[in-house]
Amino acid sequence: MSQSPSASSQGVPPTAASLAQQYPPDAPAPRTLAQLTEAGKRSEVPEGLWMRCPSCEAMVYRKNIEQNLNVCTECDHHFRIGADERVEQLCDPGSFEPMWEDLTPLDLLSFVDLKPYSERLRGESKKTGHRDAVLCGKAFVKGRGVVLAAMDSRFMMGSMGCVVGEKITRTIELAIETDLPLIIVSCSGGARMQESTLSLMQMSKTSAALARLDSEGGLFISVLADPTTGGVTASFAMLGDVILAEPKALIGFAGPRVIANTVRQDLPEGFQRSEHLQEKGFVDRIVHRKDLRSEISRIIDYAGK
Amino acid sequence: MSTASTASPAFELEFERPLTALERQIAQLEAQSDTEGYDISAEVRQLRANHTAMLKKIYASISPANVVKVARAPGRPQAIDYIRSFVKDFCELHGDRHFGDDRAIISGFGRVGPHKCMVIATHKGKDTRERIACNFGCAHPEGYRKALLKMKLAEKFNLPIVSFIDTPGAYPGVGAEERGQAEAIAVNLREMSRLRVPIVSVVIGEGGSGGALGIGVADKAAMMQYAWYSVISPEGCAAILWKAADPVSVAKAAEALKLTAQDNLKLGTVDHIIDEPLGGAHRNPATASDKIEKWITTALRDLKRFKVDNLIAKRYQRLRKLGQVGGE
Repeated sequence: MSQSPSASSQGVPPTAASLAQQYPPDAPAPRTLAQLTEAGKRSEVPEGLWMRCPSCEAMVYRKNIEQNLNVCTECDHHFRIGADERVEQLCDPGSFEPMWEDLTPLDLLSFVDLKPYSERLRGESKKTGHRDAVLCGKAFVKGRGVVLAAMDSRFMMGSMGCVVGEKITRTIELAIETDLPLIIVSCSGGARMQESTLSLMQMSKTSAALARLDSEGGLFISVLADPTTGGVTASFAMLGDVILAEPKALIGFAGPRVIANTVRQDLPEGFQRSEHLQEKGFVDRIVHRKDLRSEISRIIDYAGK
Repeated sequence: MSTASTASPAFELEFERPLTALERQIAQLEAQSDTEGYDISAEVRQLRANHTAMLKKIYASISPANVVKVARAPGRPQAIDYIRSFVKDFCELHGDRHFGDDRAIISGFGRVGPHKCMVIATHKGKDTRERIACNFGCAHPEGYRKALLKMKLAEKFNLPIVSFIDTPGAYPGVGAEERGQAEAIAVNLREMSRLRVPIVSVVIGEGGSGGALGIGVADKAAMMQYAWYSVISPEGCAAILWKAADPVSVAKAAEALKLTAQDNLKLGTVDHIIDEPLGGAHRNPATASDKIEKWITTALRDLKRFKVDNLIAKRYQRLRKLGQVGGE
């Protein structure tokens, strides 16, 4: 399988020293997997001992939610979780080897919205402990070797710029090279505006890599989490051999507000939620977070990978 | 000096307003000379020269926001005009054989120069009725599936694909979502990357995001000089980033998005800029048409030289290298 020249040397995780050297001084220092995992425990669940579930409005004990994979103990509402926590939930303990963590987004367009993009990146980086919105690597799921990419909606709404596109592409290429099953957990607002047409081109780049994986007979399990929209849905997320979705995740191309503005009418109940997509034929299975590991494992087994 | 560039277009772009007075004056003088028999050719010539100079000046420093206006100008030639102008023996093929025939996509056999090919285009519509039928050039999933079906037909009979892009974006509606807008575009991106025939694409007006890319994956991609191509429209960008819809914010977004042909060439997202006649393609559609025809003919000739496996490998490398990252 032909690889991009730079991808072949990327199989080895970077050392802390090499990371420290390359990293901008005002960004957080590189961290070990244990530290990453610790950071991942800080999910989007609001701070405080008690909290109100946004779905059933019950007052729930925060610790119980955390111990329940960040799923509401009363109504099964799936809270959004960061990439680190996703990895920790999905992979066999300690089996995840992060890769290409040194890739850093560039502000090629000198984009300024409410603040300069470069400044925004530094802020997001401090907040999440990552340089961009996806965590990639090799891992084991119930003893089965996989390559995994988990998007992080905490980092600029999981938007896809050049780094996300490049890391996803390398992950796909690694799956081709190693003949391991590919798992991508998507949660993203879509292509990242701040990298404009280059973000758009990550859609064709990742899809082209998936064409190669498909031609080689590789298995791709796409897992859709809340929210999966825009350019991510319109590229790799919808190209899984098997597409799984967490319950009630928002999944779509255009955002609900844009659609409501276009059609000037109320949107149907449950529109663009996992259940609706399954009914319309675009999602294979809706899987509760607690069953994700076992569902992925048995699909891998059925595919004989 | 061609008369085409002084002919006043049927619509007015705000930033071209200084020209309109001159155009009116020229038309008046010409009418007088016709009816009253004065010889005022010298004055007319002078006014025309002024007009050209002013046009040059306005277009030399055209802002991204105004490029977007030119790209959307109602009188700007559309794909159907170029097809009528230089695609010989066009044989339109309709429908996706599953749901319907999306009028926002035109597809069919045709010949460009010496090349038999499959033409795929987004279609905005020429009058109000047609524009509504085409959703102003916003395709539905069945449109993207129609395009792919015809492209696979082209692959089967070894015909290269020529794609004309002019769309504000894929249609954001309830039906479009329920029929899998995202899936349809995603599948096109995947399949176009491995079609075993040459693909060339030209952004002739608006290159709106995934809706444009959905028929835009190519071996060689060009953009007209006053077309725009971006991840989102300036209006969409302004609405999200500044929660604003005023012209100043939209202009700021147009600037920030680096959506012009020059910017896209610099970023490597297109390979070539097709120059437009002075003052835009709408002032001289015939010249614009000739230039597009010439670029497509040459591009197809070059691409046909590759063995098909090399073509696909090269296409992959072209897509693969897009985007720059730091930290390596």
